[in-house]
Amino acid sequence: MNLNLDFSFYNWDLISNFVLKGLYFSVMLTVVATLGGIFFGTILALMRLSGKKWLDVPATIYVNGMRSIPLVMVILWFFLLVPLLIGRPIGAEVSAVVTFIAFEAAYFSEIMRAGIQSIPRGQVFAGQALGMSYGQNMKLVVLPQAFRNMLPVLLTQTIILFQDTSLVYAIGAYDMLKGFEVAGKNFGRPIEAYLAAAVVYFAMCYLLSWLVKRLHKKIAIIR
Amino acid sequence: MSWDWQVFCEDTIERQPVESCFGKGGDITYLDWMLSAWGWTVSVSLLALLLALVLGIVIGTLRTLPDRPMVVRLGNAWVELFRNIPLLVQIFLWYHVVPTMFPVMRGVPGFVLVVFALGFFTSARIAEQVRSGIQALPRGQRYAGMAMGFTTFQYYRYVLLPMAFRIIIPPLTSETMNIFKNSSVAFAVSVSELTMFAMQAQEETSRGIEVYLAVTGLYILSAFAINRIMAFIEKRARIPGFVVAGGAGGH
Repeated sequence: MNLNLDFSFYNWDLISNFVLKGLYFSVMLTVVATLGGIFFGTILALMRLSGKKWLDVPATIYVNGMRSIPLVMVILWFFLLVPLLIGRPIGAEVSAVVTFIAFEAAYFSEIMRAGIQSIPRGQVFAGQALGMSYGQNMKLVVLPQAFRNMLPVLLTQTIILFQDTSLVYAIGAYDMLKGFEVAGKNFGRPIEAYLAAAVVYFAMCYLLSWLVKRLHKKIAIIR
Repeated sequence: MSWDWQVFCEDTIERQPVESCFGKGGDITYLDWMLSAWGWTVSVSLLALLLALVLGIVIGTLRTLPDRPMVVRLGNAWVELFRNIPLLVQIFLWYHVVPTMFPVMRGVPGFVLVVFALGFFTSARIAEQVRSGIQALPRGQRYAGMAMGFTTFQYYRYVLLPMAFRIIIPPLTSETMNIFKNSSVAFAVSVSELTMFAMQAQEETSRGIEVYLAVTGLYILSAFAINRIMAFIEKRARIPGFVVAGGAGGH
């Protein structure tokens, strides 16, 4: 085994120049895609549960379609199509944000659908008995409970999403992995750069999943 | 916008249409290239699946052993390690770091390294499913096996695992479909699978939409085929009167 590693080139200057810029983008992409994905995912879930065919069928096709294509292909598709549709070129970063919201909406919609279905029918009937409209019933009774029940699953999906942001590599967007790679190339130390990237990703994801596990326990006791 | 599907019949060097759409002699058309890329996707996925199943079943089972805290802890560490690093980073580690650190691995082709990366990555997920499958069984089954005088190996082999495998077929189906989707990440280390083909053919021909549509179609076709095969296995393996609830998987 050849362990001739040298991490001494990592200093604060290098980290702030190369890695932090990428980390900022990765985190921003994760947060925006989670919020956007939950928003559009909830709409998709409500469409699928509406019982109206003209809402249900397109939403089902969209969700199943997105879920059977590799994320890398979706990233490439959007990078190709969005400029054609809006008639001007867009940057890899903007394209990545649009792609991740659209892609994650499909996954979050499955989670929200399960969450809404986990609410006992009696809750809906109780809302109706109080004279609530469909919108009020959803907003005040069903969705808050569904959201809460599904919180650990939503957060787990966010961790997966954070890992998946590294795939913007395909269109050359500057995320954390790219930051490490560029730093490694500039200093002729690619091996150390990849190892450091792995350690940082591991630490962040492990910490997050540990927090989710704790939250899960807390929620489980209250219910 | 106009379609130009003729692009698949062009050979990849001169960009001249070939009559039969399949290249003759040493020449290949884009159609030939795409089909060979599909072959790479399928081979990477199936080999990685095989590796992931073997590792995942062994590690998942070890994680449920009673009175073996060290083994359980090692199994948990394995799962956490391979679950918390993005697949792309793991592929880079296998492709760039492993051959440098272990000179034995230097001659190994990239294709094999990607199979290792994808297989180890997926093994952690399968280990998790196998563990939850075994733990979903009523405790009485284990005790019944012990009461019959079975050894630990025997009650796993004859009592727990046969039931656990049937329980985990639905999540295993989505994991198998995930392997096919995840194999697309191999583009990053220049394995000439479908996504790599899509990127290069798009660049060379500028007929991105046609190329992407065809590649996406092949991915959907593969996913559908797996879905049918696993449904068939599930049906054949079903025990009358024993109903198991389906599970859902991530991506």
